[in-house]
Amino acid sequence: MTHQRAFSLVILFVSLVSFSVRAADWPQWRGPGGSGVAHEKGLPVTWSATENVRWKAALPGRGLSAPVIANGRVYVTACSGPDEERLHVLCFDEAGGKKLWERSFRATGTTLCHPKTNMAAPTPCTDGKHVYALFATQDLACLDAAGNLVWYRSLTGDYPTVGNNVGMASSPVLWKDLLLIAVENAGESFGVAIDKKTGKNRWRVARPRGINWVTPAVIEHGGRAEAVFQSGGDVTAYDAATGTSRWTFAGKGISTIPSPVYADGLLLVPGERFLALRPETSGEAPPQVWSSNKLPTGYASPVAYGGRVYTVSAKGVVNCADLATGKPLWSQRLEGAFAASPLAAGGKIYVVNEDGAATVLRAGARAEVLGGGEVGEKILASPVAANGALYLRSDGHLYCIAEKKGR
Amino acid sequence: MVRTCKPWAGFLALLLALPCNAGADAGPLLARIKAVGKEGAGNAAAAKAWKELTAQGPAVLPAVLAALDDAGPVAANYLRAAVEVITDRALAAGKPLPREQLEAFVGDTRHAGAGRRLAYDCLVRIDPKTPDRLLPGMLDDPGAELRRDAVAVVLAKAKALSDGKDTAAATAVYRKALQHARDRDQVQLIAKQLKALGAEVDLTKHFGYVTHWLVAGPFDNSGGAGFHNAYPPEKGVGPTAVYRGKDGKEVRWKELVATKPLGEVDFNAIFGELKGVTAYAFAAIESPAERPVELRATSNDAVRIYLNGKEVFAREEYHHGTRMDQHVGRGVLKAGRNEILVKVCQNEQTEEWTRQWHFQLRVCDALGGAVPLTVVTQGKKDTSPKR
Repeated sequence: MTHQRAFSLVILFVSLVSFSVRAADWPQWRGPGGSGVAHEKGLPVTWSATENVRWKAALPGRGLSAPVIANGRVYVTACSGPDEERLHVLCFDEAGGKKLWERSFRATGTTLCHPKTNMAAPTPCTDGKHVYALFATQDLACLDAAGNLVWYRSLTGDYPTVGNNVGMASSPVLWKDLLLIAVENAGESFGVAIDKKTGKNRWRVARPRGINWVTPAVIEHGGRAEAVFQSGGDVTAYDAATGTSRWTFAGKGISTIPSPVYADGLLLVPGERFLALRPETSGEAPPQVWSSNKLPTGYASPVAYGGRVYTVSAKGVVNCADLATGKPLWSQRLEGAFAASPLAAGGKIYVVNEDGAATVLRAGARAEVLGGGEVGEKILASPVAANGALYLRSDGHLYCIAEKKGR
Repeated sequence: MVRTCKPWAGFLALLLALPCNAGADAGPLLARIKAVGKEGAGNAAAAKAWKELTAQGPAVLPAVLAALDDAGPVAANYLRAAVEVITDRALAAGKPLPREQLEAFVGDTRHAGAGRRLAYDCLVRIDPKTPDRLLPGMLDDPGAELRRDAVAVVLAKAKALSDGKDTAAATAVYRKALQHARDRDQVQLIAKQLKALGAEVDLTKHFGYVTHWLVAGPFDNSGGAGFHNAYPPEKGVGPTAVYRGKDGKEVRWKELVATKPLGEVDFNAIFGELKGVTAYAFAAIESPAERPVELRATSNDAVRIYLNGKEVFAREEYHHGTRMDQHVGRGVLKAGRNEILVKVCQNEQTEEWTRQWHFQLRVCDALGGAVPLTVVTQGKKDTSPKR
């Protein structure tokens, strides 16, 4: 065996050991790359409270957070108590839905929020070995897959003015060994990268003060990784490893609720006008490729899939446009109010309204409703998919929706 | 040189590396957990201690629970997870929990409510009848969570009586619940049920809201500067003082009796609907004894609260929503006269939903129960209902 070949095998081994999240897992807010796209086929097109339900697990309280799935485990957060001060992290067996463990913490930050949201608003993230659970109270817990506590941070305890009276919802994003978190609020506002092993800050940058629910995006291009933070007046990219500012796109009316998405070299920025920016490595503000007022977003982040971009308005209008040009393609009005972000998988777009009624649309140049389902519960959490199953989360239950023929 | 490694040697090394915990003292481990600091300081030491602690099994549960007595909020969450993990492992392995010690711990009110609640939860896991056995005796519990559950039992009984149309008995049981309830949702539910049964509850008095104030304003808050500027009232209140307020206008203290629900002081009704302004409210109270208190406030504006000249709370946030008791300042009342000063800043937003310029404030104990005091704002001891 040559040294080179031996070295290659070592690299392969290290890679297999290091990357515990399988390709079909769903490790964070909006899944792999924060895209909202699952590389799944065969997800159900119809379901009900009894049809195509592989398993259903009771939850101890409310949550807008979506589940994350890795290595056969499904993690989800919830909150309960008279002031939602009890913060829960739960772990279920992916195959059968058996609850493997539950940990309960007490909020260290304010629990005041708008009635629509709650303390389990941010979606956790996982590297397959650990789950990193952030709550609206800015409590951040790292637990291993067996439910052992590894470390705990109170960002409100660390920075006492952090918080707002509307509720915080930005989710942590895992990039390499860093947790990237946007803490933009009515008090001290910042973006922070926390070492996933130690729970200590690796870098921290000041961000505009103001209410903001946007989750950072990580874009990797030109050999660089940039953490993109978005506020009402700017989109700023920081070197993901060091926090050094790379570029800023200044604007007005940029959304502080839906998050940006990076696809096909374009950064899609929701707002009063939907923007498509093309980040470059020069350090200059990215040029605007197109903008549109035909892609309104309320609470839901967009999804780019198959050369098209899809948005869902708060009032239930699904819009589709050409990703490269922004040219509007179609519009489909659905019933109900929408908070959840859309999921793209298997040539379909899954959207769920606040009453829990889901619609499955064909992803393509024409609007076509293929099916849908209802479980009879209010749902504000975004649908996710992993390993052949669709997951829906209400305030009371976590549903694993899958065809009965099995995986 | 080629080194060989026998399989048993690795196994032996692993065994030696495992913690030997028989009879180990939990104290140093708990101390390391309680030493966690800001920004992740002490996390590594705490994590190692946590691992060693949980490996010791159920025998350390009483010590872990007792450690919650003086643990900070972050350390308390380390300890909560330790109790849950130790309990999970013991139950999964069929090992017994120290039931008698846990029950004794629950009953020992010298310990913090947080630890006693955790002990109670452990007991519930091994004996589902624990609530029936313990909760009836916990209506006056100093732990908020145990007390809440005890009140909930009484509320269920009252509802059953009410559903059975036994109005007199239901009213009596609801009144009993009101006497013990401290959580605002329970108190408000009881008041609603009593009202339906024909009995009114004065929630303003029950919660301990201060309703008699001297108010002064408007001072400037253009650009939010007023929140950071200490105007003359923050340097001492003289009821007859005359100040220069916003735009040089003369400002004097005015007496105000808040008649809105829960003692709401509405500055718009006093000074007009102004923007970019600051107002002060002052109350003097007499306490029969020195005691720790919480000054709990509600406001949709930026607020500072002072007790006897010392700031006990500050929050610069505008029009993001209100909830009863959203702001909590902690301090100590002296025996005799004490002074409360509240600063409320309105910003310059013009949307309809930014009109509120107001606050409510109550003085209570750590559980939320009104404390005995007399409001003497005007130097007259009869200006406010005695509690």
